Amino acid sequence: MAIKSQADFFSGVMFMVVGGVFAIGSTNYTIGDGARMGPGYFPLMLGILLALLGAAILFQSLVVETPDGGRIGRWAWKPLGFVLGANLVFGVLLGGLPSIGLPAMGLIIAIFALTIIASMAGSQFKLRDSLLLAVVLAVGSYVAFILLLKLQIQVWPTFIAG
Amino acid sequence: MDFNLIQNLATGFGVAVSWTNLLYCLIGCILGTLIGVLPGIGPVATIAMLLPATYALPPVSALIMLAGIYYGAQYGGSTTAILVNLPGESSSVVTCIDGYQMARQGRAGPALAAAGLGSFFAGCVGTIILAAFAPPLTELAFKFGPAEYFSLMVLGLIGAVVLASGSLLKAIAMVVLGLLLGLVGTDVNSGVARFSFDIPELTDGIGFIAISMGVFGYGEIIGNLSQPDTEREVFTSKVKGLWPTKDDFKKMAPAVLRGTTLGSALGILPGGGALLASFASYAMEKKLKMAPGELAFGKGNIRGVAGPESANNAGAQTSFIPLLTLGIPPNPVMALMVGAMTIHNIQPGPQVMSSNPELFWGLIASMWLGNLMLIVLNLPLIGMWIKLLKVPYRLLFPAIVLFCAIGVYTTNNNTFDVWMVAIFGLVGYVFIKLRVEPAPLLLGFILGPMMEENLRRALLLSRGSWSVLVTRPISLGLLIGALALLAIVLLPAVSAKREEAFVEE
Repeated sequence: MAIKSQADFFSGVMFMVVGGVFAIGSTNYTIGDGARMGPGYFPLMLGILLALLGAAILFQSLVVETPDGGRIGRWAWKPLGFVLGANLVFGVLLGGLPSIGLPAMGLIIAIFALTIIASMAGSQFKLRDSLLLAVVLAVGSYVAFILLLKLQIQVWPTFIAG
Repeated sequence: MDFNLIQNLATGFGVAVSWTNLLYCLIGCILGTLIGVLPGIGPVATIAMLLPATYALPPVSALIMLAGIYYGAQYGGSTTAILVNLPGESSSVVTCIDGYQMARQGRAGPALAAAGLGSFFAGCVGTIILAAFAPPLTELAFKFGPAEYFSLMVLGLIGAVVLASGSLLKAIAMVVLGLLLGLVGTDVNSGVARFSFDIPELTDGIGFIAISMGVFGYGEIIGNLSQPDTEREVFTSKVKGLWPTKDDFKKMAPAVLRGTTLGSALGILPGGGALLASFASYAMEKKLKMAPGELAFGKGNIRGVAGPESANNAGAQTSFIPLLTLGIPPNPVMALMVGAMTIHNIQPGPQVMSSNPELFWGLIASMWLGNLMLIVLNLPLIGMWIKLLKVPYRLLFPAIVLFCAIGVYTTNNNTFDVWMVAIFGLVGYVFIKLRVEPAPLLLGFILGPMMEENLRRALLLSRGSWSVLVTRPISLGLLIGALALLAIVLLPAVSAKREEAFVEE
């Protein structure tokens, strides 16, 4: 049997797997009955419902014709990697990572790192533009978040600010 | 009622007209217009981004600002639609059709004015409807027991799904997935930490901000970047002579009235709001008989701009009604407002009006003031926003990534949320690839714990009998409404129309 819509086929699989995992997971908790619902009751119901919906979507993807075959197309690894990477590096630099002995580097350094890494996700990357943007964003964030909104964020690296 | 209404509004204006609140209202409106003008970032991502920053503010100011972002975005979105033929906001998709044609004929000014004036009128009417209908609806809400609340949420979720674009089955599955994700964390009744994998941070549940920012913020940026760059043609030099002609006024006035009526009604519906309202209004304007010598739709008819733009703003205002009276968010933006209220320890629901009258009426009064600010921001100061349209996306998206990251980190001053948002960013991109709409997931996520709690109570009272949901008249009525909605959408004739409506661009 041929897959008539790739996107539907895989979303069906996704919903079935996630629903199944939740349903099985909820059996670890007390299920109870209607009058005395345990913590497992509602998730078990929903998990089964989700798995059934997934199965229906899967079935549909094998039966109903779609104009372009519901093709998923290529994965945009580059933007995916750089955008999420920029976010992770930002978190690590801002808060520090005690498990590898990295001290907190503060907001300003984290902003520079994030801006440059994130910019690489686009189709054209110019270091000069990114640095300029980082300066603007760093000053702007300092004024908006630290001076005006008074958020409690470490601004400078631990070894400078102490 | 009339005397009360005036008295209540006076309380509201007393709260809204303070320097602080006027300032936050203005900030909200400016931000809303800004993100409305910029394609690729919407009110959901922005409000999610700013939620943590509102911790420090008084609750009224925080809600006033966040509300301003939502209705402000409805004004800004039309600017981009008219000048660049890109919807700055999803609810401005239909404005592109005739608005851009008007701009190409050198009539960008009247198109912008029609959108702005229509939005202003609709905003004022929407606010009055909100003020007038909230008290009686609140009365009704107090009669609701757990069974009614459960059925109402079913109706709300079905409504949201029916009105979403794309596959109905997938949208329902996303709601259920959202409900399940909402259950992660400590069960309030038994104290058991569910699905938390012994991670201490997860016992508090998945962060609402992490999920919305990951799926809506990062997921969409990655999706946008994977599209090839498109050439944008900006009609900036041609914006002169804002004022519409007498003939324009004659055509747009009835369209504005119709759009406002339709938008106000659709905004109240579960699942409704700005997006649906604009589509419905455009469809209606197109069906009406043409005056002799009138330009065809798609060729620059001013009614095709005035109608939908009024409707989306009216819908944006009235979608606050279910939130403020029943505590049930009809769309993802309102789901975020629930988040904002909970941050400030305000339980959304019918009791807000009596327990926090300053907040309730202050918010409503601020909307009217906000609309006044927006018309000034968007018509005389239009030049400012046009300049912004020239900023390329490659400079814009790193800034959006940064604001998301700061927003997530400051929620708990904790790097755990930063890992979570990365996971949900990936999930959001998978959703785009699999062509499932993320909006229903967010609604389900918010309603998950509420639904469980109300179902538990309803079944406890009925000693485990599910029939309680259909023996109580209001509950039965709500469930029949939900079934009817599903049945209507599944009718072959309607489902064909539904696809047509969402494809129509």
